[in-house]
Amino acid sequence: MSYLEYNAKYVPTGLRKPLYLNWPLVLLLTAVAGIGFLMLYSVAGGSASPWMEPQVKRFGVGMAAMFVIAMIPIWFWRNMSAMAYAVSLVLLLWVEFFGSIGMGAQRWIDLGFMRLQPSELMKIALVMLLAAYYDWLAPSRTSRPIWVIIPVLLILIPTLLVLKQPDLGTAILLLAGGGAVMFAAGVHWGYFGSVILAGVGAVVAVFQSRGTSWQLLKDYQYQRIDTFLDPSNDPLGAGYHITQAKIALGSGGWTGKGFMQGTQTRLNFLPEKHTDFIFTTLAEEFGYIGASTLLLLYALIIVFCVISALQSRDRFSSLLTLGIAMTFFLFFAVNMAMVMGLLPVVGVPLPLVSYGGSAMLVLLAAFGLVQSAHVHRPR
Amino acid sequence: MKRPSRDSGESLRGISRRALVLGAAQFGVMGVLAARMRSMQVEEAEQYRLLADENRINLRLLAPSRGLVFDRNGVALAINEQNYRVVMVREDAGDVEDVLQRLRRLIPLTDDDIARAIEEMARHSPFVPVTIADRLAWEEMARVNINTPALPGVQAEVGLSRAYPLGSDTAHVVGYVGPVSDFDLSRIEDQDPLLQIPKFQIGKTGVENKLERILRGSAGTRRIEVNALGRVMREIDRIEGTPGNDVQLTLDAALQSYVEARLDGESAGVVVIDLENGDLTAVASAPTFDPNLFVRGISTKDWTELNENPYRPLAAKAVQGTYPPGSTFKLATALAAIEAGVLDPEETVYCRGYVDVSGNRFHCWKPTGHGNMNLHESLKQSCDCYYYEICQRVGIDLISEMAVRLGLGQRHDLPLSAIAEGLTPTRDWKLKVRGEDWRIGDTVNASIGQGFVLASPLQLAVMVARVATGRQIIPRLIRAIDGVEQPAASDEPLGVNENVLRRMRAALDAVSNHTRGTAYGSRIAADELRLAGKTGTSQVRRITQEERDAGITRNEDLPWERRDHALFVGYAPADAPRFAIAVVVEHGGGGSTVAAPIARDVLLQAMYDGPPPLSAYPSNIRSQIETLQERIQQRIAPGSSSSGRA
Repeated sequence: MSYLEYNAKYVPTGLRKPLYLNWPLVLLLTAVAGIGFLMLYSVAGGSASPWMEPQVKRFGVGMAAMFVIAMIPIWFWRNMSAMAYAVSLVLLLWVEFFGSIGMGAQRWIDLGFMRLQPSELMKIALVMLLAAYYDWLAPSRTSRPIWVIIPVLLILIPTLLVLKQPDLGTAILLLAGGGAVMFAAGVHWGYFGSVILAGVGAVVAVFQSRGTSWQLLKDYQYQRIDTFLDPSNDPLGAGYHITQAKIALGSGGWTGKGFMQGTQTRLNFLPEKHTDFIFTTLAEEFGYIGASTLLLLYALIIVFCVISALQSRDRFSSLLTLGIAMTFFLFFAVNMAMVMGLLPVVGVPLPLVSYGGSAMLVLLAAFGLVQSAHVHRPR
Repeated sequence: MKRPSRDSGESLRGISRRALVLGAAQFGVMGVLAARMRSMQVEEAEQYRLLADENRINLRLLAPSRGLVFDRNGVALAINEQNYRVVMVREDAGDVEDVLQRLRRLIPLTDDDIARAIEEMARHSPFVPVTIADRLAWEEMARVNINTPALPGVQAEVGLSRAYPLGSDTAHVVGYVGPVSDFDLSRIEDQDPLLQIPKFQIGKTGVENKLERILRGSAGTRRIEVNALGRVMREIDRIEGTPGNDVQLTLDAALQSYVEARLDGESAGVVVIDLENGDLTAVASAPTFDPNLFVRGISTKDWTELNENPYRPLAAKAVQGTYPPGSTFKLATALAAIEAGVLDPEETVYCRGYVDVSGNRFHCWKPTGHGNMNLHESLKQSCDCYYYEICQRVGIDLISEMAVRLGLGQRHDLPLSAIAEGLTPTRDWKLKVRGEDWRIGDTVNASIGQGFVLASPLQLAVMVARVATGRQIIPRLIRAIDGVEQPAASDEPLGVNENVLRRMRAALDAVSNHTRGTAYGSRIAADELRLAGKTGTSQVRRITQEERDAGITRNEDLPWERRDHALFVGYAPADAPRFAIAVVVEHGGGGSTVAAPIARDVLLQAMYDGPPPLSAYPSNIRSQIETLQERIQQRIAPGSSSSGRA
């Protein structure tokens, strides 16, 4: 389907466009971000600085970007997909060689006013390019091996670069996000079955490689896996973070200890409480009710995205929306599973809640694309 | 320009199907997350809450202040002294070495002190206060306080530490405290958490040890919230402990100090009993030691010195030392014989200087013999043959029974370390312990307090007290606990014929007031305060026949540890006894020349409640007494001035 077809039906134009925005989605995003502001205020000990204030500003900038992106026709973004992917790939290569050193991994480009994480850009660019690819590809060819290898390569190249940084969390997100778009596009089940089998094989290989000369992961990543498997082994050392996170989460109970009353948070037992582990603060201070409310908001965002995708009249919009929803889902699912001790600590932030500029801006921009697809749907 | 393909509709339907599959998978995962959240936050919440509290709440114990010990007049014997110390917090100090060097100009610090402080600070978290100097003088403390602006991280603190104002004078009675040791922990049954406090001080000896539970009090608690690094964030609550109870002893501090001063240079034990109620007004052992050394942590040098001193300063000889009671035991032998009805006090026994008993010859101390002796004369002149004779009539078992009735051969219930039981031998005892039959010679030896008989100064004082009063005087050391008067022991009659006791007291009066009495030289001149008593000189070696033939070696010519023990038991005033005393001077020589004068001086001091006038002494020795009194006052002076300052 091409934009010519839009002429046949009604597509909102000009100043009417804002009326057709997916407003429930905007409200949900704002609500989630609001919870984030509250938690950042709390973990700073009842202070807007150093975390809440910049986060609010970034949210403002991100929302503005979302609206601007939403107003631009979706076919423009389809045409930009290859460009976005190419730029992201160049930036990824750039940090590989010139990136600042931070947290033991080369992840940032310092733009002066903010630190850009190309891996965040790539999460969206990859979904865009894959959606555009399947929009271009004749559906009958979707499952032909040659046409499967191309998107697989498109996924693997950035994944490997990210893995090399090393950023296990982002690698998982790229792999699973890209895979989800391919799955939605209709690639044959068999491919996914084989990949899952291969994945199991790879896990075995990773563990087998430990301690040998061809060791695939860094020692600290192995340690994280070990402590995931049995954190009680080393409660004061490597397993300390996850143990303390679970204590914070569990001790919240039904209703929590109250806003700013989380002892685990306030007394510094929690690690990285303003970034990856912020969910535990929420769970500690607002209990099961607060934590499940956030989960519900996230679920509603997914629901609205899926509904929007189902209503789309073209493959690009549909796949893009599904891919972005999937990426968003992976963010919070991996993060929550991580702090609850269901997954190793891989360093994935809680979307729109954790303190961090790149993730916030890129996610809101991505929802801008979802909104654009929603607005420019022929009705 | 790509045309829409025909199959686009079908392809969109395909996407929709797959989208629903993906959505379902996502909801499945979210369901798992919600379930996990529920199980942690609802089902297991209690357990995690407990862990969170364990994380954040620390229980700290607050040591209660230890009860004080006073003498009968309220003079402090054990107090809690303010102890000034300087602590330093690394994180506030900045340049630790620089601050320490500045501190060094204000208070004396050795290189070792500084090195130790730096090392200790490096070992602990930066916010933990580390003690730099302890037991500072008030002036040093003030210097540090004035200069705090120049000493970042340095704080002056006040703590409490135990001190004994009379120092060595009460060391054996009051005892001392020291930090809990592993040995203490293994020995003590009580599980008081206070004992776990590092360097918590508990009583190690004497009253401090025996009345530990009363003096200690109970711990308070402080619940504090700590963060992940252990830094104290705030106090949650605080329950003050109960301070220990004060204890008032029956001791008379002034008399005790006097006795210690009087015993200077000797190795001796002295016990003074107030006959009204059995109060021990002085329990002195010499030489003594400074208990304050132990509180601070005694140096190896001081410890070795105390331990290797042949006079054994650490031994509480007054209650712990046992000695052959010598002639003082004759009181028990005579009373046993009279009570058994085998001796008439007026009956005379002829002393020719020795008695042969089943082939062995037993000598009187007077080789030429005393001639005809009755009870009165035999006690006054301390004739041995009289007792060699009468003991055979009554037998050892009855003698020992009487000795026990008089307070020997038993542990008196006093809160002191290592109270000796002594020994009042019987036939059964010898068979059981030695595996030998009792022989008549053993009885003869025992009759004059030699052989197997052993008694402590405390027991001897009780004996003479019971003879003096005819009542079953039971010694007591605790006068009041927490202001509550402790009941004196019941005042039962001794159960010995009062006429007999009166005769015996007349004889004891004669011992020091009749010209032929053995303690006549130690009499008290003031008639209404007359001293009565019995001397004793107990051998610590056997005198062979050859020695006897060659003339007995004078005590002064023997090495110290082979000289005789000098003993005296007595009371005063003779007509209305108020105080009883027992004096044992280890290897002191003769009871009449060494022990009796001590008893006289101490009893006079007790009766006058201070230094007695010279008129109380016979005129011929007054000048000699005057110099002695001066010497003693000088010896007492430094101790009393230091107690005044505290």
